[in-house]
Amino acid sequence: MKEKLVVIGNGMAGIRTVEELLKVAPDTYDITVFGAEPYGNYNRIMLSPLLAGEKTIDDIMLNDEQWYVDNGITLHKGKEVTEIDRVGRRVVAVDGSSEKYDRLLIATGSTPFIIPVPGNDLEGVVSFRDIHDVDRMLQAAKQHKHAVVIGGGLLGLEAANGLMQQGMSVTVVHLMDTLLERQLDKPAAEMLKKSLEERGLNFLMGAQTEAIVGKERVEKIRFKDGTEIYADLVVMAVGIRANTALAKKAGIHCERGIVVNDTMQTFDPRVYAVGECVQHRGITYGLVAPLFEMAKVCANHLAQYGIGRYQGTVTSTKLKVTGIDLFSAGDFHGDENTEELVFQDASRGVYRKLVVQNNRIKGAVMYGDTLDSNWYFDLMRDETDISDFRDKVLFGQAHHLGDAGHGEEQRVAAMSDDTEICGCNGVCKGDIVKAITEKKLFTLDDVRAHTKASSSCGSCTGLVEALLAHVVGGDYSTAPHLKPMCGCTVHTHDEVRAAINGQELKSIPEVMKTLEWKTPDGCPKCRMALNYYLLCAWPGEYQDASQSRFINERAHANIQKDGSYSVIPRMWGGDTTPAELRAIAEVAEKYKVKTVHVTGGQRIALFGLKKEELPAVWDDLNNAGLVSGHAYGKALRTVKTCVGKEWCRFGTQDSTRMGIELEKMTWGCWTPHKFKLAVSGCPRNCAEATIKDFGVVSVDSGWELHVGGNGGVKVRATDFLCHVKTGEEVKEYCAAFMQLYRENAHYLERTAPWVERVGLSYIKEHIVEDEEGRKKLAERFLYSQKFSQQDPWKERAQGAEKHEFEPLLQVMNEKVLVNS
Amino acid sequence: MSDNWIEVGSLNDIPQQGARVVQTEKGDIAVFRTVDDELFALRDKCPHRGGPLSQGIVHGKRVACPLHDWKINLANGEAVAPDEGCTTSFPVKLEGERVMLSLAANKGCAGN
Repeated sequence: MKEKLVVIGNGMAGIRTVEELLKVAPDTYDITVFGAEPYGNYNRIMLSPLLAGEKTIDDIMLNDEQWYVDNGITLHKGKEVTEIDRVGRRVVAVDGSSEKYDRLLIATGSTPFIIPVPGNDLEGVVSFRDIHDVDRMLQAAKQHKHAVVIGGGLLGLEAANGLMQQGMSVTVVHLMDTLLERQLDKPAAEMLKKSLEERGLNFLMGAQTEAIVGKERVEKIRFKDGTEIYADLVVMAVGIRANTALAKKAGIHCERGIVVNDTMQTFDPRVYAVGECVQHRGITYGLVAPLFEMAKVCANHLAQYGIGRYQGTVTSTKLKVTGIDLFSAGDFHGDENTEELVFQDASRGVYRKLVVQNNRIKGAVMYGDTLDSNWYFDLMRDETDISDFRDKVLFGQAHHLGDAGHGEEQRVAAMSDDTEICGCNGVCKGDIVKAITEKKLFTLDDVRAHTKASSSCGSCTGLVEALLAHVVGGDYSTAPHLKPMCGCTVHTHDEVRAAINGQELKSIPEVMKTLEWKTPDGCPKCRMALNYYLLCAWPGEYQDASQSRFINERAHANIQKDGSYSVIPRMWGGDTTPAELRAIAEVAEKYKVKTVHVTGGQRIALFGLKKEELPAVWDDLNNAGLVSGHAYGKALRTVKTCVGKEWCRFGTQDSTRMGIELEKMTWGCWTPHKFKLAVSGCPRNCAEATIKDFGVVSVDSGWELHVGGNGGVKVRATDFLCHVKTGEEVKEYCAAFMQLYRENAHYLERTAPWVERVGLSYIKEHIVEDEEGRKKLAERFLYSQKFSQQDPWKERAQGAEKHEFEPLLQVMNEKVLVNS
Repeated sequence: MSDNWIEVGSLNDIPQQGARVVQTEKGDIAVFRTVDDELFALRDKCPHRGGPLSQGIVHGKRVACPLHDWKINLANGEAVAPDEGCTTSFPVKLEGERVMLSLAANKGCAGN
C-alpha cells in the first residue's frame, strides 16, 4: 500500500511540490489535491498580463486537468478544505467529504488584506488575487469608467496598468509619498511615477482612505482630508497576509504564517507547508522564487531523501508592467556605514544605484535598463568582492567582461522572432518563446532540454535567461543560489569537493553512497566531475575510472562526427624536427589519413583514423619520439611560443626554451577544463599570450605573468598577475597557479570565468602575496605530476586497455569471423 | 530467427558501465553492460546524427551519445524526452558467463 499524501491548495506552491516529488519519487504516494478555485493550476504571477489583455487564461495554465489524470492524482477542484483532523489524520472539505492522509501538505497561499473602512464590502470593491478577481475587473471595465486602485505597491501598479489597458480611467491612491517605497528609493520612484503618468495613470499620494461610499455599488471614495473622487471600481491592493486560518484551527503553531523548519515541516511533523502561507526563520515570502526552492526541499523530504534544507531566499523585485523595467534587491537605502554608487541619465530614463559596504554589494535599485539585474543580484548574494572592477561595475557586466557580440544594446524584447539566439544549435528567439509558452518552461535547464539553446558552448546563456524573464515574468530568474552539481544530487560542486577531502572519500561509488546520490550510478555530468575531483584530491592513490570519462579522454583521441578519430602528437613549445615531420608524414600515408591539418596550438593533426588503428598509429609515432598531445582532454593542451631572442631581432628572452620547459613541467596534467599556455619573446606578443589561461610575456627585465585569458567562446584578455625576474620563478608561479585552479575551480569551468568568480585579488593573495602558500601549491602540483607523466599512447600501443580499441566480435553471414 | 543466438563473448569482456561492438555486415551492434551487470544491445547509431552509442557514457539504463549528448534508453532504444527518436534494439542475454546476442532485431521501433 502506498502512503497517502493530501495537498491542500492547488496553486503554484502545492503543485510545484507535487511536480518535484514526481520527478524524484514518482511511485511513493497516492496523491490527492484540494483546490478552492474551479481551475487547474495556473501561473499566478501572470495575472497582471492577463488583466492587461496580453495573455489569455490558456496561456497562463500550468497544469490542465489531463495532467492530474496522467499522473494518477485525484483533484478536487472548487472544494475548499474546512477542517484538518490531525488525530484521525484526515481532512474534511466544505461539502462534508473527507480524505485520509499519511502526510499532509498545506499550501493555502495568502489572502489580500482588506482595509477596515466603511463600505469595503460594496459591490465593485475587489482584490487582485485570482482569476475570479480578474474576471470581475474585466467585467467592470466593460461597463464602467472610473477605477481607483488603493495601494501603490507592485500589485497595485500592475492592476492599475491592466485596467488602463482595458480602457478605464485609473487613479492610484497611495498612503505614502513615494510609490513602491519598499522596493525603490526616491529618485527611482519619481522616475517611475513620471513614466506612469505619461502613460495616463493618475496618482493621489499621501492619501488616506476614510470610507468607500455608495448604495449597493461603489460610487466614490472619501479621504481623511474630506476630499472625494468618483469610483465605479475599487481595487484593494494594499498587501497580502499568509492564509493560516485552517492551520490555526487545527492547532498548528502559526505566527504571521504557518511556522515551518528547514525541511518545510510544521510543528506536526506529518504536516508540511510551503509557499506564501508559511513563515520560515521569521520571514514570510510573497514571490515565486522562494516558493520554488521550498517546493524542491519539501519534495525531497517527502521522498525521504532527508538531505535538502531550505535556508531562506534573498529576493528581488521586478514590476510586470510592459515597457517599464525596474529592479531592486537587498538593502538599497543604505545607512551611515554604506556608500552609494549612482548612475543617472534622465533623458534616457536610466537610473541605477548600488549600495556598497566593504566592497560588497548590499543592495541595488535599477530603473529603465535592468539587463544587468541578474549580475548585480548574483554579486550581492555571493558577497563578491568588487574591488577589482569597482570603477566599472555601474556600467554592467558586458562592460566588465568584454562584449563578444551579445552586447547590452541587444534587448531581447525588441528582437524579431527570427533572430538567432543560439549560434551553435541554430535556435531563434521565436523557437525559444514558443517552447517556453507551449511547454510551460520555467528554468534555464528546461529551455536547454527542449530547445537545445544555450546547451552547447553556453555563450548565449544570458540572452536565454533574459528571454525567459521576458516571457515568464519578473521573478522566475532567481535560480537557486547554490546550484547542485546535477540532478543526481542536492550538493554543490564545492560541497562535494569538501566532502571528498574532509571525509577522505576515494572512489565514485563511495562519494555517491556517502552523499546519498539519487541515482544508482550518476549521470555523465557528475561522473566526469567526480572522477576529476578524486584524481585531483588523491594523486597516485586514486584509480582512474575510465568509464566515467568522456570518450575522447578514454580513447586518448578526438571523436569526429563520423565516428572516426583524430590524433595530435605533442610538439614541445611548438618546435619540431625533420625527423618528427617525416614520421608524421609516413603515418599519414600508411594509414591513409584523410586530412592533415595544422592546429591553432602549433601542432599537426591527423584526421579520419579508425579507432582500431589508434594503437598502431601511436606505436609508429612513439618510435619517432612523439607522444600524446592531450588535445582531447580537460588537461594541459599546448604551450604556444614565438622564436624569441634566439632569432628575433626584437626578442628579449629565450621564449621558446621557456615554453618547452613549461610544457615539460605541465604536460599530462588533468585540469577542470582545458588549459593553454603561451610564451611571447617580447611585448609584441606574437604567441598571443594574453588570451591564454597562463600567459608569459618576456620583457627586458624578466617576465610578465598573465592569467585567465580565453580566445574561445567569449574573448577575454588576461589579467596581469605580476612581474618576475627568473625562469625558475616563472615555473614556480605557473605550477602554483595551475594547482590553485585545479583545487579550486569547478569541473568544466575555464580559468576565465573562474578568475571572475573568485576575483583576481584572491589569485594574487595566494600566488603573489603568500610565498609559502605559493611554494606549497607548486609542490603539490609537481607531486601530482609524478603520477601523470606517462605517455598514455605508449601504454596503449603496448596493449593496455585493449578492449577499448577492438571489436568484441565480427560476424559475417551470421558466421563468427574474428573473436577477440 | 529469434532463437538464433550467437555467443559474442564473456561478461568480463565488456567493462561495467561500458560497451563493446559486434561488427556485422548490416552495421555495428553495441552490447552494453550496466553497473548492475544487466546487458542490452542496440544498433550502434544514435537516432540523432548517427553517433556511435557504444562510445557513450553508460549510466543507469541509459547511454549518452558521445556526439551531442542525447540520452538513449538501453532497454528499447528510445531517445529520452524531450528528444525524439529511436534506434533498433536486439535481444541479448547471459548464459552463465557467456553473452548471447540475437541478430534478429526486437520489434518496437522503425529505427535505422
